[in-house]
Amino acid sequence: MDKRKNSEIIPTTYPTTVERKSERELVVTRTFNGPAHIVFSAWTKPELLKRWWLPKSCGASFVSCEADVRTGGTYRFVFSHPSSEQPMSFFGRYVEVTPPSRLVWTNDEGEEGGAVTTVTFEERGGETLVVMHDLYPSQKALDDAIASGSTSGSGEQFEQLDQLLVSLEAGVGRS
Amino acid sequence: MVQYRESVLDASFAALSDATRRGVLEQLGRADASITVLAEKFHMTLTGMKKHVGVLEQAGLVTTEKVGRVRTCKLGLRGLEKEVAWLENYRQLWAARFHELDKLVEELKKEEKTHGQKKK
Repeated sequence: MDKRKNSEIIPTTYPTTVERKSERELVVTRTFNGPAHIVFSAWTKPELLKRWWLPKSCGASFVSCEADVRTGGTYRFVFSHPSSEQPMSFFGRYVEVTPPSRLVWTNDEGEEGGAVTTVTFEERGGETLVVMHDLYPSQKALDDAIASGSTSGSGEQFEQLDQLLVSLEAGVGRS
Repeated sequence: MVQYRESVLDASFAALSDATRRGVLEQLGRADASITVLAEKFHMTLTGMKKHVGVLEQAGLVTTEKVGRVRTCKLGLRGLEKEVAWLENYRQLWAARFHELDKLVEELKKEEKTHGQKKK
């Protein structure tokens, strides 16, 4: 390997922040060391999304990952996890797809109305600030998601995602 | 966030502003109890007690669980503590995802440099 500038070899790790902005809103922010069109394509091309959405440490893997990423298109992600016999499905519809700056989708796997997720990509000097905003239909919906330890889904899916989060947490602790 | 926290605290203080509800918390501190038992202890109608328990539940001070026809009340984890723990779990999930995404972005940047020279 040839020696280049350090900035090219060692990726910078930025902090991830999560904040409950209001009774109905949850906001995740993170900066990436790359231009917006690259980060955007990693969120919108299924073959790329698959490579980061389920980090190895969480133990889950994709059974299928279908996403028709255009306004009005739908997505369906199916995960399997060793601790669960039934695969977990997450699905919804893209409300807005504006490359490379804005992406809005619904989360329809729950029995009651799910959150609407808006992701914005803002490029600044070769870096991209990603802000992911979840708007829940009511305070109760977000409170319930928190109380059950999940972020989406319901019933059995809650438990499955719980397990996923627990094993993920353990995995993060190890590395 | 500050505003939101204040509204959670407001709910807690509002819940605690009533003597009956403070009494219910004291009672639940000794033992879990059904709404029927609480209503009898405080000489109230079931409907009246349900309302008080509802206010305490909203503030995260009490949780209830219905088994068969009986709704049992117990002291809840303070809403904010539970929420902070959950938010940290959620943050870790996304931090792990984004760590993978970092690697992918590096790879795509390199690819673009090699292949995409003609693109603007």
